[in-house]
Amino acid sequence: MNRRDFLKFALRGSAALALAKGLDEIFRPSAGHASLKTSRWVFLVDTHKCIGCGFCVKACKIENEIPFEANVSRTWVERYVVTKDREVFADTPKEARDGFTTGRVDLGLGKYQDIKKENIDKAFFVPKLCNQCEKPPCVQVCPVGATYQTADGLTLVDRQWCIGCGYCIMACPYGMRFFHPIYRVADKCNFCYHRINKGMKPACVLACPVGARRIGNIKDPGDPVTQVIQTQRVEIHKGEYGTKPQVYYLGLSEEVR
Amino acid sequence: MYVLRPLYVVLALVGVILIARAFIVPKDFGIHEKGYMYGWYRKTNEEEWKALKVKYQGKEYCKDCHAEQDQQVRSSRHNLIECENCHGAALEHPIDPQKLTLDRSRELCLRCHTYLPYPTSKRSEIKGIEPDQHNPGGECVGCHNSHQASKPH
Amino acid sequence: MVLEEAWTLKELFVYPNEYIYWSIQIVMYPFMTGLVAGAFVLSSLYHLFGIKPLKEMAQFSLVFSFALLIVAPLPLLFHLLRPERNFYVFMTPHFTSAIAAFGIVIFVYGSIVASELWFLHRKHFVEVSLKLRNQMNKSLAEKIKYLLFTTFTLGAYDAGESALKKDHQAVKILAGVGVPIACFLHGYAGFIFGSVKANALWMTPLMPVIFIMSAVVSGVALCMLTYIITMEIRKLMASRKRSLSHHPTMEDIRGVEFYEMQITSKYLIFFMIFSLSLELLDLVFRGYTAVKSWDILRNVIYGKDFTNIFVLQYTLGNLLPFILLLIPGLTIRRAVLSLILVLFGVFMMRWNVVIGGQSFSLTFAGYMHYQLPIIPHDIETFKEGIGGALLIGGMPFFLFWVLSKIFPVFELKGSH
Repeated sequence: MNRRDFLKFALRGSAALALAKGLDEIFRPSAGHASLKTSRWVFLVDTHKCIGCGFCVKACKIENEIPFEANVSRTWVERYVVTKDREVFADTPKEARDGFTTGRVDLGLGKYQDIKKENIDKAFFVPKLCNQCEKPPCVQVCPVGATYQTADGLTLVDRQWCIGCGYCIMACPYGMRFFHPIYRVADKCNFCYHRINKGMKPACVLACPVGARRIGNIKDPGDPVTQVIQTQRVEIHKGEYGTKPQVYYLGLSEEVR
Repeated sequence: MYVLRPLYVVLALVGVILIARAFIVPKDFGIHEKGYMYGWYRKTNEEEWKALKVKYQGKEYCKDCHAEQDQQVRSSRHNLIECENCHGAALEHPIDPQKLTLDRSRELCLRCHTYLPYPTSKRSEIKGIEPDQHNPGGECVGCHNSHQASKPH
Repeated sequence: MVLEEAWTLKELFVYPNEYIYWSIQIVMYPFMTGLVAGAFVLSSLYHLFGIKPLKEMAQFSLVFSFALLIVAPLPLLFHLLRPERNFYVFMTPHFTSAIAAFGIVIFVYGSIVASELWFLHRKHFVEVSLKLRNQMNKSLAEKIKYLLFTTFTLGAYDAGESALKKDHQAVKILAGVGVPIACFLHGYAGFIFGSVKANALWMTPLMPVIFIMSAVVSGVALCMLTYIITMEIRKLMASRKRSLSHHPTMEDIRGVEFYEMQITSKYLIFFMIFSLSLELLDLVFRGYTAVKSWDILRNVIYGKDFTNIFVLQYTLGNLLPFILLLIPGLTIRRAVLSLILVLFGVFMMRWNVVIGGQSFSLTFAGYMHYQLPIIPHDIETFKEGIGGALLIGGMPFFLFWVLSKIFPVFELKGSH
């Protein structure tokens, strides 16, 4: 190879390397941000404590300006009743916005199931909310970058940028997302981002009279919620989807959908 | 060589899109902390969400002015319940709203006090009634004291 | 009220936020892009592989593919809750999302089809432009036509032998390059569904392939059908103008059309077999492996949606036209019936995937029933109702008529 060819090769080679490095920086920026290392929000739901009062749903709707009469909610409570003949009945009437004020289980299409007291083996309530997944499938599928994950792990929706395609809603295995009836963009629980950044608790955590809902920072070893997650038998919901959800449950029975 | 002319038209269109992009897309839209897959967004949006108005203030906010009611409730079994759950969100009370509404409806109490025979749930440990049989249609607070559950109204 | 509540009925245990969010327009979109891809593949069979009997069909299907392409983004515009922000997908595409590919694919594919049409019909543009240039006292319509056609020439007036040969070469290259792009245009739609791990019915690697195969089926069927219809119209016109000698006679037309029918129906059958085999494979696998979602899926496939899947799609839409096309002595009438049934079958396949995938809840313990809005009571129930679907379904035909005024689609001599 003569000098000229060598120079040409070297020039092209270094240009290619520079391009590759540049692209790598763009697509995989090095995580050199402080907040990434010091805080990551997690939630703890204790289904043993939940009494199905539904104050959390009501508070969430009011705090986050979700139309009260609309049948969508950022959070809800499910009821499970397991009978002696191993039948499971589950419902969430009006997302438990008004609590559970009847023993009749709502089967939809105007049908209800009366269950006799003697027939009940176990029954319990399960609050549900956005899992703020570590690997959120909803963020992966947004075509325009309207939904995203913050440095402290929360998934938010940019109302100014969402085009309303609904792909994120289809992609969530937990059914957490919906279209906001007024803004006509995607919406979902964000752990009351505006409250937690002021040192307040999310509306649902505040409203819960029995402490079934708790929020914490998994990166803080002194956080009581972190200590529960570290030392007690906790479960996550639908782990098989690989989303790495960050809402931990105590007492998530096998009937829970 | 006219053969490339359609290609030039296409490239011109691409150019138009790129120029439009420079005007339309906000400057802070890009790849942020979590990388391209999870962090492709408009950074200002985070601040927009943080600026949302807080509606519920919590018990500590109420107790300075309403010390008497606070004391009453604290000594009762309803001390677990937030004031705002029944009295509505405080917002910037007493500036705005000047008065909070009080939910006196039966449905409010039935949330916890409809008796549900659920053996594995704390719900069954709450004293409750059968709504159709106990004073149907009537207001609970007509007879019961919500601030001091064990005392008569 | 929540918008989607207008057409969703929930039964048993369904999460509160679950509704049928992707309704009729999301069924229409893969149907339309499938027709686009299929029409293009049919046209390429002639331009690339030189299958002579398909020449007439090829002229026709390329223009039709273009007309369909223009209409294809409309179902999406009707579906978006914020259609005024539709161009954001071009501004800040998030390529980890299959939908973001839409921007690139439609642009590239559109460019290829437009370019191929340009090379094919450049001679015609040049001829019309030159003829009008030499004409004094043009009427307003002729002035517009002159302006239009001159623009279309892109300044390339060379109509000599070597130039036309270059055109021919370019067409061949574009027809070749365009086939995988056309497949991608529809395959990505299959990927949109197949990659949603949250949906037990959609999640399968076979989805993009199934979509592409049935897309080719629908595209070929549509071109054959429209070709027959236009030939019948021309026969009618020819019978009225029998005195004018330079118009082709009814016998000429009938002869051409019959031969083309037979060749193309062979290709149609081939792709139908492929498409159906994949779907049946998917079904058999699911039943055999019986994972957690199988119980509810079985109830949907063999219970709730049995008629939609086995009667409408598989029998009426696949088996019946298959038999009709294979019986010897194929008549035009029988061909038309089979083609309509094939198109119906492909539409039902899209319906059964999109709506079927939302017929069961994420809880695997509840169902959702879709009630297509027939009589609209506001713009939403029109856009996502039968009105919107029919409007979009009919638009390619209208556009095709407009385009046939620019591109000479019906000349027996053709450009090459």
